[in-house]
Amino acid sequence: MAASTIVDSTENAALGAEHVFAKHPKGPKRGKPNRLPGEKSLAASPGTWFVWAGIVAFFVFLFGIILSVLVDSLGKPWFTTWLPEHFTVGWYQEAWTRFDLTHIIVVTLVVAVTVVVVSILVGVPAAYVLARRNFPLKRLVMVLFLLPILIPPITFGIPLATVMYNFGLGRTLTAVILVNLVPSIPFVIITMTPFIEQINPAIENAARMSGATMRQIFARILAPLLVPGILAAGILVLVRTVGMFDLTFLVSGPQSDTLVVSIYRAMTSAGGGESRQLISAMGVVYTAMMLVILIIALRFINPTQLVAQVKESRDDE
Amino acid sequence: MSTGANTLPRRRSSASLRHRLAERGIDSQLWMLVPAVIFALALFIYPFIYGVGLTVQPLPGMQKQWGGGIFANYIAFFKDPFVFDSVWITMRLAIPAALINVLVSIPIAFKLRGKFRGKRFLSTLLVLPITLGTVLTAQGLLIFAGRQGWLNRILMDTGIIHEPLQLVNNYVGVMFSLVISGFPFAYLLISSYLSGIDPSLEAAARTLGANWRQRFARVTLPLLAPGLATTFILTFVLAFSVFPSARLVGDPGDATRVMALMAYRAFGEQQNYSMASTIAVMMGVAELVIIAVVLLGRSFLYKGSTGGKG
Repeated sequence: MAASTIVDSTENAALGAEHVFAKHPKGPKRGKPNRLPGEKSLAASPGTWFVWAGIVAFFVFLFGIILSVLVDSLGKPWFTTWLPEHFTVGWYQEAWTRFDLTHIIVVTLVVAVTVVVVSILVGVPAAYVLARRNFPLKRLVMVLFLLPILIPPITFGIPLATVMYNFGLGRTLTAVILVNLVPSIPFVIITMTPFIEQINPAIENAARMSGATMRQIFARILAPLLVPGILAAGILVLVRTVGMFDLTFLVSGPQSDTLVVSIYRAMTSAGGGESRQLISAMGVVYTAMMLVILIIALRFINPTQLVAQVKESRDDE
Repeated sequence: MSTGANTLPRRRSSASLRHRLAERGIDSQLWMLVPAVIFALALFIYPFIYGVGLTVQPLPGMQKQWGGGIFANYIAFFKDPFVFDSVWITMRLAIPAALINVLVSIPIAFKLRGKFRGKRFLSTLLVLPITLGTVLTAQGLLIFAGRQGWLNRILMDTGIIHEPLQLVNNYVGVMFSLVISGFPFAYLLISSYLSGIDPSLEAAARTLGANWRQRFARVTLPLLAPGLATTFILTFVLAFSVFPSARLVGDPGDATRVMALMAYRAFGEQQNYSMASTIAVMMGVAELVIIAVVLLGRSFLYKGSTGGKG
């Protein structure tokens, strides 16, 4: 019987074997009723209920938050009822003119794109060296690149902002870009190093033996192989930079505020802040912008790869 | 990037120094590392050292108030309860938030590790809060969980509660915001660690007759533990430097007066750069203490090639 049910997966084979043991007097007892191998109980276990309850609660909050902001930004008066009395897009128009959103969005995109380009140009060659080479003080260099990610942004952000102000760069676009490069370059290095390690060095060696210079190797061998990794790292840096609050906030001024920072300033401005619906409208603009980036991103990368390279687990359970 | 010399290795005998250096791993390829190192030194190490230097140059007013000469800022940090309590306030928020995120993620990552329809969709949804960011989460929580918000409305209409719950502008609000932004991150990390553990190990344990509890406690958990420690550290770092949410959905005057907020106050509102740097540096120290404790615990855990990236 077990032999007939052993299917391709190891898991099922294991279950089948256990099934046989269970009948054997020496075999371990199992609390579950005897079922055919690979067959699942229809009643969900308490663990499953817990898991689904957790997920549902999380999404209730998540969508509650997103929908509240959306409805709020479209509603005229909304205080004590389920839904606003009228719907309008007036808040968007008002937010657009009052905060000069065009300027803010342009600033945000300029900062983000510059940071992405610079951190990839600087980070990828460094990641290559760290992935391929051994040299004295390598560990020290690794620590140097890990620290900006581990230390809270405010800790190095405040001294960094002080330095920026001393150099007369305070509240400028340059300062915002420079400050955002601090965590971004190490981030590119750390995500790209394992990626480069995966590439077979024999390919580069072959190119080198055929007389290619390092520049040619980079342009014609590595770059095409690295495109998926560079895209993933670039998009992550883009998302991080657009969403980066702490560091940008410390050095930016009225002309160099990114979208998140302007929303925060609007929420906390003196005199109780701007009217809530205006802020919600800005929030929706921000979310829409992020969603566009996210949708583009997901065409290229798998979300679980954001944090580590994953090999697809075997088809079990 | 200027590595032309590398393609003509060791051609002339006069290059003996270069040769000897190359044998020790130093050659022109290392130039590719230089821009990144310069950025790190100029934008991270230099400001950091400068900041540490600032901490021992207190303003005259601080010296007069707290004494202690050049260490007046540190004395103020430890003696002024308004400042020093922020350490505990931060810990009371960040440690439970990181623990909740990790502990809740474990069963969920376990249940969802197989293949099923809509897995990619679910993972996509989980990435959403990362893009929302703390400021937006705060604004949404204020509306959704506020006194007039949908959450209280549903609970009141179904008769579960009679008075609206106070869920924002206090500790709970900040905790919500930390879990919403930290949980997806913890889940994605843990599920990627989990997928790095070879399923045949568990299958083998199953063949040998281990039930799920034994399989979890004696096979999977020990392999996963280093990854859990790493996840805890990363979510802790995220939660530790909360500042927009502590200001916006919290009670910034009292219950959620976190260190980042105090540092920013000294920096932006009081223009006391040296005190701001002191709080910032102490914040780094406090965080590193927790990380060091976790890493120390982690060093007792299993290390080896399991495929689990611990």
